[in-house]
Amino acid sequence: MSRLVKDRLIEGRGLEFRRGPEPVLVGVDMSIARGEIVTVVGPNGSGKSTLLRLLIGALRPERGEVIRAPGLRIGYVPQSLSIDPTLPLTVRRFLDLPRRVGDAEAARALAQSGAAGLEQRQMVGLSGGQFQRVLLARAVLCTPDLLILDEPTQGLDQPGSAAFYRRIDELRRDLGCAVLMVSHELHVVMSASDRVICLNGHICCEGTPEVVSAAPAYRELFGTGTGGALALYRHEHDHDHSGHDHSSHSHAGHR
Amino acid sequence: MLDDFLIRAGLAALGTALAAGGLGCFVVWRRMAYFGDATAHAAILGVALALGQGMAVFPGVLGVALAMALAVHALSGRGLAHDTLLGVLSHGALALGLVAVALTGGVRVDLDLYLFGDVLTVGRADLAWIWSGATLVGLVLWWRWQALLTATLNPDLAHASGIDPRRESLVLTLLLAAVVAVAIKVVGALLITALLIIPAAAARSLARTPEAMAALSVGAAALAALGGLQLALWLDTPVGPSIVCVAVTLFAGSLPLRALAQGRG
Repeated sequence: MSRLVKDRLIEGRGLEFRRGPEPVLVGVDMSIARGEIVTVVGPNGSGKSTLLRLLIGALRPERGEVIRAPGLRIGYVPQSLSIDPTLPLTVRRFLDLPRRVGDAEAARALAQSGAAGLEQRQMVGLSGGQFQRVLLARAVLCTPDLLILDEPTQGLDQPGSAAFYRRIDELRRDLGCAVLMVSHELHVVMSASDRVICLNGHICCEGTPEVVSAAPAYRELFGTGTGGALALYRHEHDHDHSGHDHSSHSHAGHR
Repeated sequence: MLDDFLIRAGLAALGTALAAGGLGCFVVWRRMAYFGDATAHAAILGVALALGQGMAVFPGVLGVALAMALAVHALSGRGLAHDTLLGVLSHGALALGLVAVALTGGVRVDLDLYLFGDVLTVGRADLAWIWSGATLVGLVLWWRWQALLTATLNPDLAHASGIDPRRESLVLTLLLAAVVAVAIKVVGALLITALLIIPAAAARSLARTPEAMAALSVGAAALAALGGLQLALWLDTPVGPSIVCVAVTLFAGSLPLRALAQGRG
């Protein structure tokens, strides 16, 4: 069993994953240190969610390994959570999974996540924003060392997602946890991250937001000239380093 | 007291109801109805094998139901559409069982007994099997409740909390086989799934939490079991189908309550 460098919470070494014959991820090396905010950006289908699922252990890599610090506690906020309508579930009961918590603790986590007072509501009756904040509250209840969020602001409007990211930053300060998020909202995320990993089947580039946004690989993937205005941009790319083929592939995003 | 066949029938029906009512919630939440059918139908094959070997019926049913449940568990997630696979296994097992019963020759088997159950013929040994099985199902559900619920909600959430959803799914699979063995003499192979699903469906309307739904489901199943037995005695009808009829009535009665609960917000 390999060991982690001190202060690293989790590390992926040489991760490879295929879906059928198609490689989804190839040769991905990454690690997260205590307390940092790392964001994974990349076009649709670039393997962002797959990477997160490899890290939480929901998928096994075909090559490489995931090493966790002993006793690592992960708080996970999935991209979506469909609750079967036959399953009655109040917010309060949801927070009790997988471990039962006290009422005061539950109320505090809800308040920290901006969902105060929702305890008695049914999960299926919540709005998109409320639902995301309740997912976040459940994730912070295990006092995580690492909070992992997969596209946490999907379905939220602009001010909603900006507020959500501010909240993540506050939570990181309160809990002292590291944060790993996947997002396609580049500009919001870029300003809130310590480190950005630009992914497209492999790691195209990584570093501080300044370094990444100046990197040619990033510009190739996401285009330039969207500075300032709320812009919907399309981008055709055909970059082919590392030898796997992203057929002509377009990405629409907005900030 | 156990000398009275009615007392024995009542206890057998009650034991079955308690196990089925609790596990039934997971069958509903995880959409395992077809899975229940496959396992229950396999029980007929178990009956044939047990009688062919001159063994007791319970171990035979439990063994084949377990084998079927494990086979489905192993095959699931291998590409073939799940309900197609279950359809093949379910009806395949039922047909094979019926053929196997016919082939056991010499022994005259009253098939109706195992297809529709006959709780009035339950003996002391049957009662011991039923209540051991029901107690086991109850204890395992109690013990693994939180993990089962987390895995049912979302497999990735379970993984992130260190719970293996495949293992929890295996636990439910094994419990289902146990319930089939418990219920076969009471409601019969064809109606076991009904006893799993209908009380849970009736409980859904009134419940706000999973625990409340499980408790109500157990209650509805017990009411259906004893009510159905009573109904069968009055009308001189078969007990298994009578139990299911009472359960369906409870479900129908719960529907207006659902509308009320939703209207209340």
